[in-house]
Amino acid sequence: MSTIRVRAKAKDGLVTVKCLIRHPMETGQRTDITTGQLVPAHYIQELQCDLEGTRVLTAAWGPSVSQNPYLSFILSGAAPGDTLTISWTDNKGQSDSVEAVID
Amino acid sequence: MNTSRRILLKGAATASLVAAAVAAGLLTPARVLAASVWPTRAFDADTVGAAMSELFQTNEAADSGAIVIRAPDIAENGAVVPITIETDMARVQSITIIAEGNPAPLSAKFDLGPNVRPYVSTRIKMGQTSNIIAVVQADGRVYSARKEVKVTVGGCDA
Repeated sequence: MSTIRVRAKAKDGLVTVKCLIRHPMETGQRTDITTGQLVPAHYIQELQCDLEGTRVLTAAWGPSVSQNPYLSFILSGAAPGDTLTISWTDNKGQSDSVEAVID
Repeated sequence: MNTSRRILLKGAATASLVAAAVAAGLLTPARVLAASVWPTRAFDADTVGAAMSELFQTNEAADSGAIVIRAPDIAENGAVVPITIETDMARVQSITIIAEGNPAPLSAKFDLGPNVRPYVSTRIKMGQTSNIIAVVQADGRVYSARKEVKVTVGGCDA
């Protein structure tokens, strides 16, 4: 199961991309109420979007991006049927990637 | 063994070494492609000026009325504050979101390719009422705008 949900819809020559990613985005400042310990920082650092294999967007994130991050952006050089690839890597070296076809 | 078989076998051995290293977690996909470097010092900076200097080699940005920040006037939940930054400037290279009152103000930076509209929408944590500063790099220059967001319940240690 991917952690990334993507919707990409074309309208009037522009493609609006909306992603929702399942990730704790822990800042490292939060105390776990059951153990009394600080929960270690665990957050996505880089997210990339490729359109048909070409990089269109790179995001550098810090721990202050909200848990289960949402991102929306708009492409002008894309068309229905094109493939988008969304990938992320986090500070623990974990990663995920998903492909979606533009509607 | 002929030359092309030797080259094929050498390539296959290298590819499987890389694959093994990736599987072992020694090489993350980002490092394998070696395309970009996460700006550690900018994200660690505890002042807006220091974060700006790390990202843009200047802490001066021209105020711009062409940058639109859409964010709630009052955020009920500081852990999830929706922020949209949009501009009609040409040749925008990046859009950066800074929460001035956060312990580490830099929240996110988006590097945009040429066929990407100058628009990003996301959600960030804010620890307290403060300005959201949007920084736009366009045509090699740095511009900014700010908007105050009041926070009723802080979101940095929720």
